[in-house]
Amino acid sequence: MFNRRRFLQYTAAGMATGAIAAPAWARTSGEGNFGIPMLRGNQFDLTVGKFPVRINGRATEATGVNGSVPGPLLRFREGDEIKLNVSNTLDVDTSIHWHGLLVPFQMDGVPGVSFPGIRPGETFSYKYAVPQNGTYWYHSHSGLQEQSGHYGPIIIDPKGADPVDYDREYVLVLGDWTYGAPERLFAKLKKHSDSQNFQQRTVGDFLHDVSAEGLGKALDDRAMWGAMRMSPRDIADVGAPTYTYLINGRSTADNFNMVFNPGERVRLRIINGSAMTLFNVRMPGLPMTIVQADGQHVKPLEVDEFQMGVAETYDVIVTPQVAEAFAFVAESIDRSGQAVATLGPKPGMRAAVPQLRAVPTLSMKDMGMDHAAMGHGQMEMGAEEPAAMDHVTMDHSKMDHAAMGHVMPDPHGPAVQMVSMEADIETGPGVANIAAMPMSRLDEPGIGLDDVGHRTMTYSQLRSLEPNPDTRAPGREIVVHLTSNMERYMWSFDGVKFSEVTEAIRFHEGERVRLTLINDTMMPHPIHLHGMFFDLVIPGAETSGRLPRKHTVIVKPADKVSVDITAEHVGDWAFHCHLLYHMAAGMMQVVTILPAEAMPMADHQGHEMVDHSTMDHSSMPQGEVDHSKMDHSKMDHDAMSEEDMKR
Amino acid sequence: MIRTLALFIFAVSASAPVFAEESSPPWSMADQYFDADEMAHARHHVLDHHGDTRQFYVMADRLEVQSSDEGDTLVWEGNAWYGGDVNKLWIKSEGDYSLESDELEEAEVQALWSRAISPYFDFQGGVRYDLEPKGRTHAVLGIQGLAPYWFEVDAAAFLSSEGDVTARMEAEYEFRLTQRLILQPRVEAELSAQEIPELETGSGLTSFNAGLRLRYEFIREFAPYVGVEWQGSFGGTADYLEAAGEDTDRAVFVAGVRAWF
Repeated sequence: MFNRRRFLQYTAAGMATGAIAAPAWARTSGEGNFGIPMLRGNQFDLTVGKFPVRINGRATEATGVNGSVPGPLLRFREGDEIKLNVSNTLDVDTSIHWHGLLVPFQMDGVPGVSFPGIRPGETFSYKYAVPQNGTYWYHSHSGLQEQSGHYGPIIIDPKGADPVDYDREYVLVLGDWTYGAPERLFAKLKKHSDSQNFQQRTVGDFLHDVSAEGLGKALDDRAMWGAMRMSPRDIADVGAPTYTYLINGRSTADNFNMVFNPGERVRLRIINGSAMTLFNVRMPGLPMTIVQADGQHVKPLEVDEFQMGVAETYDVIVTPQVAEAFAFVAESIDRSGQAVATLGPKPGMRAAVPQLRAVPTLSMKDMGMDHAAMGHGQMEMGAEEPAAMDHVTMDHSKMDHAAMGHVMPDPHGPAVQMVSMEADIETGPGVANIAAMPMSRLDEPGIGLDDVGHRTMTYSQLRSLEPNPDTRAPGREIVVHLTSNMERYMWSFDGVKFSEVTEAIRFHEGERVRLTLINDTMMPHPIHLHGMFFDLVIPGAETSGRLPRKHTVIVKPADKVSVDITAEHVGDWAFHCHLLYHMAAGMMQVVTILPAEAMPMADHQGHEMVDHSTMDHSSMPQGEVDHSKMDHSKMDHDAMSEEDMKR
Repeated sequence: MIRTLALFIFAVSASAPVFAEESSPPWSMADQYFDADEMAHARHHVLDHHGDTRQFYVMADRLEVQSSDEGDTLVWEGNAWYGGDVNKLWIKSEGDYSLESDELEEAEVQALWSRAISPYFDFQGGVRYDLEPKGRTHAVLGIQGLAPYWFEVDAAAFLSSEGDVTARMEAEYEFRLTQRLILQPRVEAELSAQEIPELETGSGLTSFNAGLRLRYEFIREFAPYVGVEWQGSFGGTADYLEAAGEDTDRAVFVAGVRAWF
């Protein structure tokens, strides 16, 4: 049995910092230092304000919690009742959202959705129980404050024995910093959406391709992208030098330091708290065993690198055997920059900083256009996992979306007919492209990681350690398209910006529902649903009962991802892309979970399919369809769909 | 008139419930826990701030000195707009100021309503006023956007207060030599549907300019440039120039800045 020293470490970190301490940059990162002030217990006083910080050696101003970037580590214990008093010293509203925590919706912290927000000078008390354990985080859901430092980590220690065995632990909060105002950055993206990309293809790249592939092929490639008016280097909207990448508020030069004794099992709790950056995480020379994803335990999976969406968390165990300094590398997905920390046998060491790798380039597959490659992929998948065929052969582009309520047989469930609801998306000012042939890309590691020459994680490799609590087949499928026009910097779900939304997506308490996300854009989107975990439907493992449970999932370009959800927690829950400026541009919705007993109109609507503004609800006899008595898991929506079609 | 007004009021009042968000808010469960008015306000705010923010943009696309044997001319072409993703108020201005004779040779300003009509194109309509020469006013109809293969295009037709119809077309392309060094070919053609003697303009193609500008983006918002441009006049317009003893075409060197905010 390993000797756990972490409690001593907490005390040291806690003592050194206090509740409202010197900014994070002012503290040393010595032995056993989390690098972040820590608060524990079940009563917390937090203050949101503006304060000076030093990032990468340069003085600047942050907006955040208790004067540090990231904000203090909050440490709860599973089962505790927590109270947090959050005071706002800003001159604008603020909020704190507890990312991944199963709190009552009115404590979820999304202004305009779950509460009114915290006004300047006011204190709001969040009260909730924590029925879970794991690594989570918190951040502002007001304006663009998250970009300015308003984020911090949460650890919930398990009530009983921790299934993860470790000797010491560190929290690593990844961030992206800009010295300018986030509002200005958003405005620049709106005005010239490619203005923050300094990795576009040049005439030099063209000449290189000509010599490597021949003139014809290089021209064909340019013509193809040019015809689409899209860039194969459009991988991140914002990269370095606009961004300085951070680990616990520290740049590579600031060298966040972790120490270990050879042979120890070191648990790294990694949180992507950035505003816009997906990171590739690796520790050259040190395999990482993933033990937790989004706070949920997974069967240990040893990899050398993994891609991490904004808002995802991963806990990994590393066991360095030799007394050497190892680099912890968080490289931005577009490889314009990175943040490197050191895990060494002594404090103050500096691991070798690896060179940035070659900038990845998108392929036809990312457009959802490469029919030849698609067919190939389909065959491959079918050969390996026959069950996957049912999913990949569903070609929505050829379906008549107007004929709603098309019935999709579930190959694994009982003889239940799953009704699928999908909006009819058309191109227009806000929708530049519709993926002609989206397919599951869960078995891919992510942009740029296909050929890195070592083991990379794919979602399809993840399995929950604990059995899934609900293995019912979903009764309904709601299809949501991720849509955009990069040129105008417009982002939306189903072509409808949040500002244009007239009704929420509705789930019914107790129902098992499938949410299918189709990415019609050429960028990966980390999609987050508040208030619930969803089971990632992995082709071939649908009936494993061990699907990974997540709160945030990266939907790759032209990807089609399904997640199964048990609608448990009644309330209005935010649902959005966790890339901050995509959300600000409109890539957001609300999922309402209606209580089982109060469903007057229940799900009469085919959601996005029916224009409710033209529906006269008053003439509908109440109770004509009494959903409260229905078993939604086996509900046959066909009858209702036909009724809707007549309208 | 009264009937029209009554119809209008009827239409507005009939359509009002559709737009009255709070009569049927898209979600409202938090109203059970917090003040409903406060929630309504916050809901309105969160919707507005996620997709309906407005921007204000100013760009000096070309602010340059053109040098030729005939002397130096200060030339500007700029844009400004205010609005959201689909609808914008768009102001355009361009003109020439002779540094030799110290006088404004040409100057115009356009005020346009710009509406996104497809992923890459905006329809624009409005008015143009000529400060020089002669203070004419025109109705403007145009299309601006990004054509396949990354050609920035702007085409507009003008109907003047004198009844004359003219048109102007511009196209630009960008060769990225490096991430910050950009070579930009640009062509501009002007056409006239009729002869306009008082402006010494013939019918048909009146002028054609082709330029090549090399800029360096120190930051994306600020890029000085140098370049060359060939400027030619054609048809009846060229005849007017020849009659006045002027050249019908010339090459100029340009130096200027491109800047936006």
